[in-house]
Amino acid sequence: MEWLVFAPLAAVALATAVSVIVLRNPMYCALSLVGTFFALSGLFLLLQAQFIAVVQVIIYAGAIMVLFLFVIMLLDVGHEPPAWLRRDRPKLVLGMVLIGLLLLELAVAIGSRVSQGIQGPYTSEVVNAIGNTQLIGRLLFTDFLIPFEITSIILLVAIVGAMVLAKR
Amino acid sequence: MTGAVPLNAYLILSAALFVIGVIGVLIRRNALIIFMAIELMLNAVNLTFVAFSRFLASMDGQIIVLFVMAVAAAEVALGLAIIIALYRNKESIDVDEINLLRG
Repeated sequence: MEWLVFAPLAAVALATAVSVIVLRNPMYCALSLVGTFFALSGLFLLLQAQFIAVVQVIIYAGAIMVLFLFVIMLLDVGHEPPAWLRRDRPKLVLGMVLIGLLLLELAVAIGSRVSQGIQGPYTSEVVNAIGNTQLIGRLLFTDFLIPFEITSIILLVAIVGAMVLAKR
Repeated sequence: MTGAVPLNAYLILSAALFVIGVIGVLIRRNALIIFMAIELMLNAVNLTFVAFSRFLASMDGQIIVLFVMAVAAAEVALGLAIIIALYRNKESIDVDEINLLRG
């Protein structure tokens, strides 16, 4: 039964991801990216990560895509020059070779069955008994407190940096 | 095609999305599209994190995904500010024309 949900979502994610890098008009690319985000959100739900799925829609499909659309409209670059490929052909070929190697490496790594690790304590029964969101909140403020605080500093630096860059 | 979806299916999908993102970064000339491809790669990695989190019965992956999202938000805010600054200077966001760092 899980395949009936997984296969369409994976197909939508792949199709919209390809159209992000193929379409000419940046506006259509941004809308395709929203499709990818929603498909991935569905996959997160399938993986029983409800909080992450909702945050994915709110932050990525909401906040980040609004920023993208805002900049696309602000810069008025809806009509990209006809040649959308990079001009430097030798480097383009070199890049394609490197992508092929990357794909090969990922295939070998996934196929080699070393991806079995030590099982943690949070099986789906435990998570469902406590609640996904509550568990994430508890861990965020106990085990992951220092990374959490560092994240707030990163966001502060980003705010200040964006203001400085945009003011110039 | 019955039963539960194995971990490898998620990993293959994630690898495919990541490679699509890499191709986008390498071939496109529009700096905005390159940025979207970077977001695509970040999302592919998020899928890997959540899949491992589910199959290894650990919550660490989901919490790392939250941090990745925070860093992605910061990165987008700064990157788009840089793109706007570049557009003001050069009237273009074509990465073939933005080669100030080339030696």
